[in-house]
Amino acid sequence: MTGTSRKSRWSLRAMALGYLGALLLAPVAMIFYKTFEDGLAPPFEAIVSPEGLHALQLTLLMVAVAVPLNTVFGVGCALLLVRHRWWGNRFVDALINLPFAVSPVVVGLALFLLYGTEGWFGPFLAENGIQILFSTPGMILASIFVSLPFVVRETVPVLQEIGTEQEQAASTLGANAWQTFWRVTLPAIRWGVGYGVVLTTARVLGEFGAVSVVSGEISGQTETLPLFVSQQFEQFNMAGAYGASILLALLALSTLLLMNLFKRKEGA
Amino acid sequence: MEARTATVPRPRAGIRLPSAGAGLGRGLVGLYLSLMVLLPLAAVVAESGEGGSGAFWNAVTSPQAVAALKLTVIASLIVVAINGVFGTIIAWVLVRDEFRGKAALNAVIDLPFALPTIVAGLTLLTLYGNNSPVGIDFAFTKVAVVAALLFVTLPFVVRAVQPLLIELDREMEEAATSLGAGGFTVFRRIIFPNLLPGLTAGIALAFARALGEFGSLVLISGSIPFDTEVASVFIRVQIENGNLAGASAVSVVLLAVSLLLVASVGLAERWGNRHERGQA
Repeated sequence: MTGTSRKSRWSLRAMALGYLGALLLAPVAMIFYKTFEDGLAPPFEAIVSPEGLHALQLTLLMVAVAVPLNTVFGVGCALLLVRHRWWGNRFVDALINLPFAVSPVVVGLALFLLYGTEGWFGPFLAENGIQILFSTPGMILASIFVSLPFVVRETVPVLQEIGTEQEQAASTLGANAWQTFWRVTLPAIRWGVGYGVVLTTARVLGEFGAVSVVSGEISGQTETLPLFVSQQFEQFNMAGAYGASILLALLALSTLLLMNLFKRKEGA
Repeated sequence: MEARTATVPRPRAGIRLPSAGAGLGRGLVGLYLSLMVLLPLAAVVAESGEGGSGAFWNAVTSPQAVAALKLTVIASLIVVAINGVFGTIIAWVLVRDEFRGKAALNAVIDLPFALPTIVAGLTLLTLYGNNSPVGIDFAFTKVAVVAALLFVTLPFVVRAVQPLLIELDREMEEAATSLGAGGFTVFRRIIFPNLLPGLTAGIALAFARALGEFGSLVLISGSIPFDTEVASVFIRVQIENGNLAGASAVSVVLLAVSLLLVASVGLAERWGNRHERGQA
């Protein structure tokens, strides 16, 4: 009995590790090896090239605008959903998850149809000389769309879990809603919110499809790091493609570490 | 609306905005959601119907669109089948097995969610492309499409099954074993039915993700029409060619299917919760 169960345990472990190794671990190890095959210089030089640096800057700009907006929206929306009964909550709750069900390319197409020259807002924008498509605002709108649900989704369950007793105590002691939120509620939900922020950041950093459709992929102008990777690849400049990929992969790995840290804090 | 909120006795619900504040908050939330999500999607639906139902039907049934949709659906089905099996095995190993490095392995599972999709594609290409060090080259084939989708949807099933396995009552299994059930019978009759809600939810989410996937496929699939071109790549090409109506029509098909899936996951979750409450 123990003999067969040990055997099946070993074969299950081998299957799990083999699958993860072939699909995930070996490819990731390989790209690190390929990048640094000829030393640190080639990937480094590709990233500090003017196009590389511009792509990095633009990527960070996306994060700097989209993440705070979605965080404020996410916490506010979660508070309304959990703490205020309203007939519209059901509707909002369903809508929140919509961006997860939409292909990134469809997101790009949607923005195209709104803000393009023949789009719904096209004539108005042209009259007032506002450029949204093929420039930074359109890319920011795309980033906001694809990363919108994360903070709401991570905040709602922690809000439900902490309950309302401490908040009631605070308000009994004379704190107003604003003070209660900053002193009591936010500290209690901070790890949940933090987890959501990390997921939002990771998604914005790495978004390719939606941003690529609305950006027009103008090198050195509307190119984020993921777009830079594909553009370098198409120009057979593998050092650049690998260098930018490794930079993104390292950002992803730090995201992963933060995710695990926040999950543990949340559990504690 | 405001009047009603004010007459209802204030629920003892912790932090509450004054009713005017709640109304303002709702307005802002509604405005943000409409502007960022609803309006753009409405534009896609409107554009797809611009030329009437005939034009919509023609766009969706053009040979290239049909080939792309067919590949997308078939590849996604294969992918969720494989990840359904291996995801469950991985979750099992992570919960029930003990070995050094298990915690690290558990953390690595989320890597496909964290890693940008374009990097995921390039990563697979370095190992399984034309300069493959292991002698396996499936770049620009349908196998590449499946591999990329397997990569990006890996965490869904694992993360959906894992919590159910942790909560699973070991006594049930022990009882079954003591009554003479073999390992496979215990799995089939006790463990599998308990994991089923998580497994279906994970598979539905993975399927929805696979249907719309784009970034990881760009470099490795080669995007060959009638061969390795998936629906999202087809849409992208139509946008570039200025065929926005055709792109919108295929988008609406994708949108409808994934919406249906995500909605069914919501329903299944609610059903699972009720089931849980009923037991408690």
